Amino acid sequence: MSAEALLEVEGLRVEFPTRHGTLVAVDGVSLSIAPGEVLGVVGESGAGKSLTGAAVIGLIDPPGRIGAGEVRLAGRRIDNLPADALRRIRGRQIGAVFQDPLTSLNPLYTVGRQLVETITTHLDLTAGEARARALCLLAEVGIPAPEQRIEHYPHQFSGGMRQRVVIALALSAKPRLIIADEPTTALDVSIQAQIIALLKRLCRDHGTAVMLITHDMGVIAETADRVAVMYAGRIVEIGPVAEVIHRPQHPYTRGLMGSIPSIVAEREELSQIDGAMPRLNAIPTGCAFHPRCPRVFDRCRRERPELMPAGATSAACWLVNP
Amino acid sequence: MSAPPPPLVELIDVARHFDVSPPWLNRLLEHQPRARLRAVDGVSFAIARGETFGLVGESGCGKSTVARLIVGLYRPTRGEIRYAGRRIDAQGANPAERRNMQMIFQDPYASLNPRWRVADIVAEPLRTRRDGERLDAPAIEARVAGLLEQVGLARADGVKFPHQFSGGQRQRVSIARALAGNPAFLVCDEPTSALDVSVQAQVLNLMRRLQQDLGLTFLFISHNLAVVHHIADRVGVMYLGRIVELSPTRRLFAEPLHPYTRMLLEAVPDLELTGKPRTAVAGEVPNPLEPPSGCAFHPRCPFADARCRQEVPLLLPAPEAASGRALVACHAVAEGRLPPERQ
Repeated sequence: MSAEALLEVEGLRVEFPTRHGTLVAVDGVSLSIAPGEVLGVVGESGAGKSLTGAAVIGLIDPPGRIGAGEVRLAGRRIDNLPADALRRIRGRQIGAVFQDPLTSLNPLYTVGRQLVETITTHLDLTAGEARARALCLLAEVGIPAPEQRIEHYPHQFSGGMRQRVVIALALSAKPRLIIADEPTTALDVSIQAQIIALLKRLCRDHGTAVMLITHDMGVIAETADRVAVMYAGRIVEIGPVAEVIHRPQHPYTRGLMGSIPSIVAEREELSQIDGAMPRLNAIPTGCAFHPRCPRVFDRCRRERPELMPAGATSAACWLVNP
Repeated sequence: MSAPPPPLVELIDVARHFDVSPPWLNRLLEHQPRARLRAVDGVSFAIARGETFGLVGESGCGKSTVARLIVGLYRPTRGEIRYAGRRIDAQGANPAERRNMQMIFQDPYASLNPRWRVADIVAEPLRTRRDGERLDAPAIEARVAGLLEQVGLARADGVKFPHQFSGGQRQRVSIARALAGNPAFLVCDEPTSALDVSVQAQVLNLMRRLQQDLGLTFLFISHNLAVVHHIADRVGVMYLGRIVELSPTRRLFAEPLHPYTRMLLEAVPDLELTGKPRTAVAGEVPNPLEPPSGCAFHPRCPFADARCRQEVPLLLPAPEAASGRALVACHAVAEGRLPPERQ
């Protein structure tokens, strides 16, 4: 892993103890993000992508827990910090943007009050300075007439505008890393394009690193520099976004790319991966993808592949390095 | 194409308004007027037998209301809905006319009864229909098994409950139930929006195969332009209760005419990584309770002029419609003051 990486995750394992044994939702995930880089994390429901993001910011709800692995921010280990130390990092160093902007905002406070509160909690500013910064942030995320809007309540904003407010909140303490979990999924396509453009611009201007978690490959293609494809709690392929999209190495990535309808290309039939993602209590042995894989062979059933260099990407597949 | 066959489904100037006024006392005390939401405001289109007609638009544009009007869940405020030439919207219309249409909903979790076994869910349309021959129990069982196999499930899955299936399999159960009554026309309201992409591909492929095998006609409603591009033969684009453009799919995606269609197509993230510069899409869908005057799109349209702000454009054949018949509701297109699309 490169020395200048801002976020390093190594061997992360998130597990849920149940009466019928421990379920492993994230299993041995390692990744890193450099300052100013956008890492996309893509996968279908149940792949463990949101839990990976939640583990980084220490928001795994009990009984879930981090079973193994390390999360390091700028070289400092943060996954074993006590709750209040972690809370200071969360918000100050790591901002978060979630799918539903309405649940991320307090409906009883004006957006101005929420912004000012967040800013004064994390930065050493007076109330007046914090308010000036809040106005500045609202203008930066493209909210028209911020002087009036700052007095408004969340319900007075449209969905796209609310998501802008949430992004302003995430940025309020100048974090070095933003975890964005499905930030555009609840939005219409024209608003989605605006929010993507905004995230990209902010990342470029401030050198903020972004972990962009989404199921939408189109959003990743537009935004991310590198992408990690997750399946059944593991990263199956990780690499530069253009390589993963155009020259996928893992059979799952290949199937996933083929199953996305396009507005450009015309295809009679979409390529489909039969079956569905395994449930957590029945993750197959060896490679978790082997029951659905068109090119499965003996070793895949017995032995779990680790990420191996494959072309310009890394893939966890025995085909790459038999 | 030779002489076009008569349409299977036809909508003529259909509108549906909802009364969303505050309660009487509030109106009296707070001097608030009555409020009308024009969810669908004068929509006309026809769907030919065997065709897939796609309807796209952003949330709140009225596309789901159109679906509900056609299957009779709402009664239109104005206009006519015809099925195979006969009106089905009027008071005295025979409900049996609607027997030939079925609907598939977005959420396969909410549209299946959690306490019923799948075999009973699929058999219900067979048991409840009051026309034609009544099937006896073995015949129903055989038909249900056939339907389950047709949608890619196993005969033995009939004894399971919906919660034992994944989202994609549940949507297959919904499709089997819809097919039970041998419909000719299926209204699909965002059938794959709740599904993961690889499962979406399975369901889309299944729907295509069923259409070829059974000669079905689809109205396919989605907010996802790529899905509509893949499955539809013709596409209508809706904005604030009206169709703004209606074209054969290939033409619509190759040469979008209406500024709103152009904007939508530019906004779709693109996997090809062409790095095409995107014009920033400005603004948001206005409040449908207070739609803008004239063309509803004019506040967001870069080509709007005085006429657009006053006069509602009609859905008219596009001038110089060379490749396929395109209809578009735009003054700028009609007057030829729209610059050609940058490629």
